[in-house]
Amino acid sequence: MEFITLNIDGKEVQAPKGATVLEACRYNDIIIPTLCHDPELSSPGGCRLCVVEIEGMRNLPPSCVTTAGQGMVVRTNTATVREARKTVLELMVANHPLDCMVCQKMGDCSLAAYAYEYEVANQPFEGEKAQHPIDDSNHFIVRDMNKCILCGKCVRACEEIQGRSVIDFAYRGFNTEVSPALLPLGESDCVFCGSCVAVCPVGALTEKNMIGKGRPWEIRKVKTTCNFCGVGCNYDLNVKDGKVIGVTGNETSVVNGRHLCIKGRFGTDFIHSDRRITTPLIKRDGVFVEATWDEALNLVAEKLTAIKEKYGPDSIAGLSSARCTNEENYLMQKFMRAVIGTNNVDHCART
Amino acid sequence: MNSLMEVCCDKCTHTPTTPCDKYIACRTEGPLCHDDASCKEKVQTRLKQVVIAPESGLKQVLICAGSGCISSGSRKVDAALEAELAKQGLADKVKITVTGCHGFCEQGPIFIVEPEGTFYCRVQPEDVPELVEKALGKGELVDRLLYKEPITGEKVRHYQDIPFYKKQQRNVLRNCGHIDPENMEEYIARDGYKGFVKALTMSPLEVIEDVKKSGLRGRGGAGFSTGQKWEFASKSPGDEKYVVCNADEGDPGAFMDRSVLEGDPHAVIEGMLVAGYAIGANNGVIYVRAEYPLAIKRLKVAIDQASACGVLGDNVLNSGFDFHLKIKAGAGAFVCGEETALMASVEGKRGMPRVRPPFPAVKGLWDKPTNINNVETYANVPAILRRGSEWYAGLGTERSKGTKVFALTGKVNNTGLAEVPMGVTLREIIFDIGGGIQNGKEFKAVQIGGPSGGCLPKEMLDLPVDYDSLIKVGAMVGSGGLVTMDETTCMVDIARFFLNFTQKESCGKCTPCREGTKRMLEILTRITKGQGKAGDIETLERLAKNIQATSLCGLGQTAPNPILTTLKYFRHEYEAHINEKRCPAGACSALLTYRIDSEKCVGCGACAKACPVNCISGELKKPYRIDASQCIKCGTCMDKCKFGAVIKG
Ligand SMILES: Cc1cc2nc3c(=O)[nH]c(=O)nc-3n(C[C@H](O)[C@H](O)[C@H](O)COP(=O)(O)O)c2cc1C
Ligand code: SF4
Ligand code: SF4
Repeated sequence: MEFITLNIDGKEVQAPKGATVLEACRYNDIIIPTLCHDPELSSPGGCRLCVVEIEGMRNLPPSCVTTAGQGMVVRTNTATVREARKTVLELMVANHPLDCMVCQKMGDCSLAAYAYEYEVANQPFEGEKAQHPIDDSNHFIVRDMNKCILCGKCVRACEEIQGRSVIDFAYRGFNTEVSPALLPLGESDCVFCGSCVAVCPVGALTEKNMIGKGRPWEIRKVKTTCNFCGVGCNYDLNVKDGKVIGVTGNETSVVNGRHLCIKGRFGTDFIHSDRRITTPLIKRDGVFVEATWDEALNLVAEKLTAIKEKYGPDSIAGLSSARCTNEENYLMQKFMRAVIGTNNVDHCART
Repeated sequence: MNSLMEVCCDKCTHTPTTPCDKYIACRTEGPLCHDDASCKEKVQTRLKQVVIAPESGLKQVLICAGSGCISSGSRKVDAALEAELAKQGLADKVKITVTGCHGFCEQGPIFIVEPEGTFYCRVQPEDVPELVEKALGKGELVDRLLYKEPITGEKVRHYQDIPFYKKQQRNVLRNCGHIDPENMEEYIARDGYKGFVKALTMSPLEVIEDVKKSGLRGRGGAGFSTGQKWEFASKSPGDEKYVVCNADEGDPGAFMDRSVLEGDPHAVIEGMLVAGYAIGANNGVIYVRAEYPLAIKRLKVAIDQASACGVLGDNVLNSGFDFHLKIKAGAGAFVCGEETALMASVEGKRGMPRVRPPFPAVKGLWDKPTNINNVETYANVPAILRRGSEWYAGLGTERSKGTKVFALTGKVNNTGLAEVPMGVTLREIIFDIGGGIQNGKEFKAVQIGGPSGGCLPKEMLDLPVDYDSLIKVGAMVGSGGLVTMDETTCMVDIARFFLNFTQKESCGKCTPCREGTKRMLEILTRITKGQGKAGDIETLERLAKNIQATSLCGLGQTAPNPILTTLKYFRHEYEAHINEKRCPAGACSALLTYRIDSEKCVGCGACAKACPVNCISGELKKPYRIDASQCIKCGTCMDKCKFGAVIKG
């Protein structure tokens, strides 16, 4: 890798050639606050929190979209820079509900963290606040646009990661809002992958299933592999008091990063369902009764053997599930072919 | 020959597929490929019909059909004129030319008789029979329809002698109001496309050099060197490049781009052709706001005519250069005038600015190198090529060359478009051309440069109007809007008006502009309502400074200008509102009180009868009183009192 040398806060430092000023700072452990920036998404340079001073440049350029240059002189922590950042935060807070006590995001909210760091007092400017109705028209995602800081990460996640472009900015000026086209999310083309929720820095987008179930500091994250299909995505089960309350992405996942589909992200509620079948059931005299695995497997083996003897192996077919792993599916077809002796085997995810 | 665009005989082989490189010159000096006296005669005869010569004995009536005059009824006038000429048997003696805007919209419908240049104004269909009989038939004057100078009351006969036109130097607007914009032969007859033909004889780099030498700077706002911009686009690697014309014209009060498009569309097309040739682009897009249907229509006609004769299309004038032009109608957001938002909008995306660099010259429309200029910028180009860059560089000041069109609005007597050399003073524009302030009131301030500009006080009237002088005092040339204000305008309220505009038009992408303009607007609104507090001015200043320094695009970066300039030049008005709950201009209705001067009141009771909320009481023949707690400040009593006893303050 080629490197350049630049001066940040009075120190000569090195950064990879082509890096942005933000990346150069982070490369050198210099902290820059960001809200709309996300390393996995394109950078709009919109929130203006990451502004810095750069010698020879007009105004305060945002570091996330300014390329670092050889010999550049950057200052990240002057009074001017801090005041500008504080003003940006004050303006966001001035148009925020501040119902942090009951907000699902409390403890994990970037706006609150920066407001704390920059000492933004409660009500910096008095005036109108956004008054959007809360959209909980669907089973999975609650959209409270009154809390939205319009960083646009959700818009980019939907477009750039999921490739759906269901939401975008709408209206202008103070009325600007992120919104699906014309309809509530539940009636839109949304596939509920939840990528938007995963990137939202504030409590504007939340997983409906987790609301009221726990605070970040009460939750233990258990990394595991999703068992809905053979892709093998990893994610974190969010566990509180021994119960799974939901799922969040884990960026260290090799297969999928933070990205998940509707089933992985929202489909774990069966774990604690009282309707969940936890033992095999065998129908006796017209009713299902609980049985042991040995009883059940013996019964199936007996019946399959009998059918095969009487009607031949091709009278039997096997259909396996997308919920099984690739290995399990492999075993299923092996069993059908080698043990039963038929090629009648199929899978629900066949296309 | 019915049009200069027709071929003289079958020896002429020019078509869009077999183009002739001498086509343009041939239209007016031809034929050039063969020597035939009768062909030459046909061309010359037609030319004289297009440009009426004084000795011909013919007359021409120019009737303005710009948007302004159309709305004051000009299309009824030209219909009536046609009928009346037939009735009085003058149809073959008088040519009617329906033109674009003359710039003096306030006097519309405008009716000019050529070749003498007699200027009749506010002409209605009823006036037509008299005009035909006297002005066109007998060559007499119709005195009552002549222009009356508002201050001296003198009647002015000739177009060129009207003070509004006298100090102007019409270069960009030279054809506006003088040709039929829907007829390409009229443009060609007045040296049209000769600048482009000249460019074709030069190398693209020579053209760029010439435009650089002319000193032309962008007329769309920022005033960047046009030649330099072309050079960047030319040097940018890539086979596919674009030329874009910014005709979004969103500044409230600005309408010069509309007038040029409506009055002389070929000038813009010619400028774009030159730019395309210079940077190596084969495609152009004109982005026009959809609220300009007439401009769009005339552009379409012009593009069709230019394509039909091979001035647009493949292998233009047999030069090997291809150039195709499209119109994109914009859906009307101010921010779509910002170049990156404009290109996003052309691509079908939401019009939101993006961070620069990369600049359009490197990554523009469809991510290809693109040159984007304003309408007026392109319209300046043909003459630079035709008359030479030295000629152009001789106009204007050291660093601001050429002429600029200003839109005069507000409280001046003569509202309209005025084109002047850069560097004339505000006083010359407002008083000599604009005719001073309406109703004999005092000049108070001028807002120059639209919502991104600043408000300048009387002390600045002698400031030369050029890019650098205006920036120095906190305003800008911008698109050239000049809103004049008199003593009755409140400067806090004006700042509030512009902030209201920028706040509503902010695209919402960046925090300082979206949220910050809202808070500034709220503070200004409070102040004008008499709810200003100590500290408000400091908060405004702090917000303004940070919004300027941290906004993404020009909209946010300049939105505080009206506040900062009014704070700088009219701070006492803010202080009076905040500290004394008083509006010195008497404009903020929440701060007004009406009372009755008991000395002057004769006790007639007219005010009490008229008051819609019955808050005036008294006995006949004794002084009346207004109950201030009930008064809604409508001013009805003041209008009704014949004795001037009602006082506002
Ligand atoms: C908010 C905003 C609105 C603008 N509106 C216009 C406009 O209506 N017309 C225009 O020509 N330029 C407009 N501009 C300037 C353009 O971004 C760009 O600078 C211009 O088209 C360049 O052309 P020029 O070099 O010929 O001036 C606007 C800029 C901003 C920031
Ligand atoms: S909903 Fe969240 S992610 Fe989307 S724009 Fe608003 S704050 Fe950003
Ligand atoms: S300054 Fe205003 S208009 Fe420009 S990008 Fe920011 S929000 Fe949009």
